[in-house]
Amino acid sequence: MSNNLYTCTGEITAIIANMVVVKANGPIRQNEICYYLHNNKNIMGEVIRTDRNYAYTQVFESTRGFKIGMTTNFTGNMLEAYLGPGLLTKNFDGLQNDLNKMEGVFLERGARTYPLDVEKRWTFKPIAQPGEQVLAGDWLGEVDENGIPHKIMVPFKLEGTLKVVEVAQANDYCINDTIATLSNEAGEIIKVTMVQTWPVRLPIKSYLEKLRPSKLFETGIRVIDTLNPILEGGTGFIPGPFGSGKTVLQHALAKQAAAEVVIIVACGERANEVVEIFTEFPKLDDPRTGKKLMERTSIVANTSNMPVAAREASVYTAMTIAEYYRAMGLRTLLLADSTSRWAQALREMSNRLEELPGPDAYPMDLSAIISNYYSRAGQILLRNGSKGSLTFIGTVSPAGGNLLEPVTAATKKVARCFFALSQERADNKRYPAIDPIDSYSKYLEYQEYLEYSKIHIGENWIEDVDFVRNTLIQGREVYEQINILGDDGVTVDYHVMFWKSELIDFVFLQQDAFDEIDANTSIPRQKYMLEKINVLLKTSFMFDNFDEVRNFFKRIIYILKQMNYSEFQSDKFVGFENELQQVINEKVKA
Amino acid sequence: MEKKSFQKIYCKLSNITKATCTLKAGGVGYEEMAFIQGRAAQVVKIIGDEVTLQVFSGTEGLSTDSEVIFTGESPSLAIGDHMTGRFFNSFGKPIDGYPIMEGTKREVGGPSVNPVRRVQPNQLITTGIAGIDLNNTLVSGQKIPFFADPDQPYNQVLSMIALRAKVDKIILGGMGLTWDDYLFFKSSFDQGYGKSKIIGFINTTEDSPVERLLIPDMALSTAEYFAYEKNEKVLVLLTDMTLYADALSIVSNRMDQIPSKDSMPGSLYSDLARLYEKAVQFPDGGNITILAVTTLSGGDITHAIPDNTGYITEGQLFLRRATEISKVIIDPFRSLSRLKQLVIGKSTRSDHPQVMNAAIRLYADAANARTKLENGFELSDYDKRVLKFAKDYSERILAIDVNLEIDQMLDQTWHLFKAYLSIDEVGIKQEFIDQYWKN
Repeated sequence: MSNNLYTCTGEITAIIANMVVVKANGPIRQNEICYYLHNNKNIMGEVIRTDRNYAYTQVFESTRGFKIGMTTNFTGNMLEAYLGPGLLTKNFDGLQNDLNKMEGVFLERGARTYPLDVEKRWTFKPIAQPGEQVLAGDWLGEVDENGIPHKIMVPFKLEGTLKVVEVAQANDYCINDTIATLSNEAGEIIKVTMVQTWPVRLPIKSYLEKLRPSKLFETGIRVIDTLNPILEGGTGFIPGPFGSGKTVLQHALAKQAAAEVVIIVACGERANEVVEIFTEFPKLDDPRTGKKLMERTSIVANTSNMPVAAREASVYTAMTIAEYYRAMGLRTLLLADSTSRWAQALREMSNRLEELPGPDAYPMDLSAIISNYYSRAGQILLRNGSKGSLTFIGTVSPAGGNLLEPVTAATKKVARCFFALSQERADNKRYPAIDPIDSYSKYLEYQEYLEYSKIHIGENWIEDVDFVRNTLIQGREVYEQINILGDDGVTVDYHVMFWKSELIDFVFLQQDAFDEIDANTSIPRQKYMLEKINVLLKTSFMFDNFDEVRNFFKRIIYILKQMNYSEFQSDKFVGFENELQQVINEKVKA
Repeated sequence: MEKKSFQKIYCKLSNITKATCTLKAGGVGYEEMAFIQGRAAQVVKIIGDEVTLQVFSGTEGLSTDSEVIFTGESPSLAIGDHMTGRFFNSFGKPIDGYPIMEGTKREVGGPSVNPVRRVQPNQLITTGIAGIDLNNTLVSGQKIPFFADPDQPYNQVLSMIALRAKVDKIILGGMGLTWDDYLFFKSSFDQGYGKSKIIGFINTTEDSPVERLLIPDMALSTAEYFAYEKNEKVLVLLTDMTLYADALSIVSNRMDQIPSKDSMPGSLYSDLARLYEKAVQFPDGGNITILAVTTLSGGDITHAIPDNTGYITEGQLFLRRATEISKVIIDPFRSLSRLKQLVIGKSTRSDHPQVMNAAIRLYADAANARTKLENGFELSDYDKRVLKFAKDYSERILAIDVNLEIDQMLDQTWHLFKAYLSIDEVGIKQEFIDQYWKN
């Protein structure tokens, strides 16, 4: 992609799968990009280790047909992402090639496409004034990108204080037009366009400070928002064995989450899952803006059959794009499915480099790499007082469903929310299969959130949620007792206790991701239902035997579920609510 | 082995292991094919002038002065319409006794499909088996394995599905098949379809295990030809992928790679994904569906092979003997077709999803009731009724020898709901109750 002159050249001396050793005739830089000249095509690679003048490189494509002695050119640059208006709605591969611009049905080797549209005109409005002092990341102007105010910023790579010499007038421009000129401390004039580049492996740090998260990040998924909330700028992860509903959950998050910009990275996962997003998102509406979901979304797709090294790069490319939008003061969400595939890519390369392996043959620094990556999320305060956030949710695919395996263990140390998918719940078709007890959100301990919830959700919200959680725990204990002693071996009260917890499970925790209404529950609706359930939990009922308990609760669960399937506060909803009240009145202790 | 003029012949092997050999050679391309004393081999490592070859049929009897010829080509196969009705070995040579036929050579194991050019799978594949059509509906372009213990009749079920499925081509990739199983497939396909649809690539237990590594690429490249070039609907059967993975571990072991979980190579996930991801719906109508078999040892799905497979494939099917009727069924609890949401209630009747879920939930209640019974507890009235429901459900709908249309399966299930249960107990949306809960 780069037009820079090459810094030095070299010849291939060894080929082992996608690791190639190159003898270079000049200085080599760690992580710099190189191109191997194969059949008149430039195949891209990255330096991952150097030994004297030998560069150990990972090749981003297949090495089939590579020969000893092939010419390799080194660029001197690290892998960089192109950042500018037009990233949204795009489908990229792990190296930010625009997949839609690629010709043909199959991905041909050496094919590269520019990630942005060069000819599209954007309506620009200036923000900065001539004479202003600015730093990297400060806003110079903005364009409207599908209704999102896309800020054109002082390039992140510029150092020191700069002075705005000129800013273009409000008008339509292409991304490569100069929209501002700046002068640096040395008096040099710098032209700024709407595109800039940034090395993906380094975080963008052009903000004043990172803040502690405090605001709820709404997902519309009841078991998350109510019981295990994630906050704006927070981190969470979803480990689960295959078939436990990770992907459905990720897609639900991508559709419903209260984010202004969503970046999805399909890292080493199934191609058909990405196709589902490609197919559905251009049709689905964003419930908050009424625009199409695709207009706020950018997808980095490096599916499992695409080259492994590019898979490793894909998570960084996606993170950099998300950080770029956060720097505009936007609420961004980054979803990565799955970080385990990324870790496996690291393992494959570490193995080829013959590094001493850590647990399960993963590299020794796996834990550090993962925590570094998660640390790029967060809520930031910009110099102009605006706040931006990058919420990150990654899935983990634990080998054999074992949550003690290295990737899960390393992730658990850094992610603040843990959404444990349970095989048992999935087997019983209780979706989403997030275990309400095993999962946790560390944000519930944040004073900032407790205060926020009092003001924005409800005065007694935390207590109400705790009551529900305790009922669930009691229900689980009682269930074990019933299993040991038998239905007749315990009192009717035990059955009532058990069925009260089942009521929470069926009516509140379970949510039909494929039902238009039930899939997405607003916070006021969650609150309304939770309070309704709490009233039921605290009511004493009269029962003669346990069969009666079961029949009664099945009846009210059925009605409450019909409420979930109805438009909130609609006639249908109120109708079921009245029916429920009648059934309850018959059973309440006088 | 074809010799060409001016071709360099090497005859000094510096190192021979059970599956690989190393020699000094120049101008060799990575993954290029070569012949050692007539045995097919492929370049797997080049360090300076040292080239390591993987010898597919094994290195037994090779001497250090064996003749080595490099072909200058990556693995290829003569693919064309002439293959229909034929059975080949791992190298594409006929094993059915009929003569070799020439076709245009095509590279095998080629590039992957651009994800944005894929079309979302949307066509139902019916098999007449309720465990699949009703509960785990297959969609063309899907990839799904059977997780089966070696004693289960997975090959019989596989051939039954293949014979009932409405597709244009069936490509069988047999890895480590016993000769008996090969004959079983051959004869059941001969009876079912004549020779109009079948192409087989067979590695039997009589051949070297490393040769198996070629089978899926051969089968899938052939499938790609018919699906992409001819817009056909192709069903690929791969059995047994566990033996394929075992062969991968043999090679990686010989190459001194550090094994990860269960002695499997660290790249197992990528190696398997590269194959399974060949399942695709092309924009012009052709598609490739993969039905595979992964044998388990003692039902352990946490082993690296089934575990990685499960993360790659779009669901998995388990066979189980339903004790109450002594017949094989597709386990309704553990089986899953991830793509079923794309067709159920859309290509099939709108009550399909809810009926399916309700029946499985009741079947689960029956399993709990059975546990209660075994533990000596008294059964409630509800327990007794769900047990009756479950028995009829297994016998009349789930059993693998029952052959029904999907609408019949749904009607029968409604019939059973009504016979044994109340509306509350079934718990289906009111609109469907209104429509189907009738006399």
